[in-house]
Amino acid sequence: MDFLLELLTALSSGLLRTVELIAISAPCGIALGALLGALSIYGGRILSSIVKLFTAILTGFPLLVTMLLIFFGLPEFGIYLGPTESALLSFVLCSGAYISQYVKGAIMSIDEGQSLAARALGMTRAQEVIYIILPQALRRAIPGISNEVIYMIQYSSLAFAIGVQEVYSISKSLNSIIFRPLEIFTALALFYLALCTLANFLFKLARRRLRVMESELP
Amino acid sequence: MQLLDYIPFLVEGVPWTLALVFSGLTMGFSLGLPLSLIEAFGSRGAKLVVDAYVWFLRGTPLLVLLSLLYWGIFPSLGIKVSPFIASIVALGLRSSAYQSQIFRSALLSIESGQLLAARAMGMRDSQVVMHVLVPQALRIALPSWSNEYAIMLKDSSICFTLGVMEILTRAKYISTATGSALFPFLIAGLLYLALTRAGVEAIELLHRKVRIPGTLGGE
Repeated sequence: MDFLLELLTALSSGLLRTVELIAISAPCGIALGALLGALSIYGGRILSSIVKLFTAILTGFPLLVTMLLIFFGLPEFGIYLGPTESALLSFVLCSGAYISQYVKGAIMSIDEGQSLAARALGMTRAQEVIYIILPQALRRAIPGISNEVIYMIQYSSLAFAIGVQEVYSISKSLNSIIFRPLEIFTALALFYLALCTLANFLFKLARRRLRVMESELP
Repeated sequence: MQLLDYIPFLVEGVPWTLALVFSGLTMGFSLGLPLSLIEAFGSRGAKLVVDAYVWFLRGTPLLVLLSLLYWGIFPSLGIKVSPFIASIVALGLRSSAYQSQIFRSALLSIESGQLLAARAMGMRDSQVVMHVLVPQALRIALPSWSNEYAIMLKDSSICFTLGVMEILTRAKYISTATGSALFPFLIAGLLYLALTRAGVEAIELLHRKVRIPGTLGGE
C-alpha cells in the first residue's frame, strides 16, 4: 500500500499531463465531430466530399501514424508543433473523424418531420440544423461518442512516442530506474481503468439527464 | 539511397503486420467465443468473472497491456518470449474481450423459438449451442467482426514500441536513415488504409455468401 502511494506520487506529474491531454482533446474532438458530421450531410456536394476524404484518411490511418506525421512530417512544410500540441492535434483530428460518423448516422436517423416543421416555422437551414437537428442528433450519438472518448483515453498513452511526458512515459522511465515492472504497469492499468470507468459513468449520466421524452428511444 | 529505394523494405513489413493481426484475431476468437457462451448462457458467478475480465481488458490501453506482459508478467513467470509473441498475446487477449461482446450480442439476438424448436426435436443443450446457435451467431456477427479486424490492424502499429519489424517500425527506420519523415509515414499510412479496405471488402464478400436468408441483413 505504501509502495502504491509512493508510486502515485512519483507518477503524479504524468497523471496530470494525461488528464490534461484528455480534458482538452475530448471536448474539441466532440465539437469537430459534430461539425464534420453536419457538414457531411448539409455541406453541399464539394464540401461533403472533402469531409468524406478527410474522415476516410483519418479513420484509415493508425493514430500513431497520424501523430508521427504531424510531429515529424509537418516541419518539412515549415510548420513546427511541439510534442504536446502535436499529440493534441492528432487526438482531436482522429476522434473528430470517428465521432463525425456517429453524428452523421444520428442525423440521418432523425424524423424528416422535424426538418419540415422547422422550415414551416420559417427557420433558415442554418437555424434548423443548429437548433433543431444537431441537439437531437448529438443526444442520439452519445453512446458512440462515449466509446470514442474511452478509446481516446487509452490511446492518449501513445503520446509517449513523440516525447510527451504523460503517465506512460513517466512510468517507463521510472521502471528503468527501480525496475518493478509488475507493480508499475499494474498500477498504470488500474489508473486507466479508473479513468475509463469514470468517463463511462459520466456519459451514462449525461445520457440520462439529456434524454428527451421520445417513445422510440429507450 | 533514394527514398523510393526504401519502399520494398517498407512493404516487407506487410507480412509481419498481417501475421500479428491474423494471430491476434485467431487467439481472440478462440478465447472470445467460449467467453461469449458463458456471458450468454453461463451461471451468474461465471458471468461476473467474465465481466471482470472484459472490463479489465477493455479499459487498459494496449500499450500498457503490452508493457505489463513483456516486462512484467512473462519474466516473473520465468517465460522468455520474443517481442513478436508478446505482441500477439497482448493483441489476442484484448481482442478476446471485444470479440466476446460481439458474439454475445449475436447469440442473444437469435430468436428464442429456435432454441425451443431444437429442444423439441430432442437435441441436448450442448447440441443446440454447437449446431444451432453458434453457426448463426458467427454469421450475424460478421459485420461487427470486420470492424474488429480494422481496429486490430491499426492497433498492431503499437507493437513498434517493442521493435517488431512491422510496417510502422520500418517507417521509423527509414525516417531515421533518410531524415525525411513525411514520405515514410505517409506511405505507411496508405498501406494501413489499403489493408483495412481490402480486409473489410473481403469480409463483406464472405458475409454476402454466408448471410442468413430471411433476416433483414440477409436480403
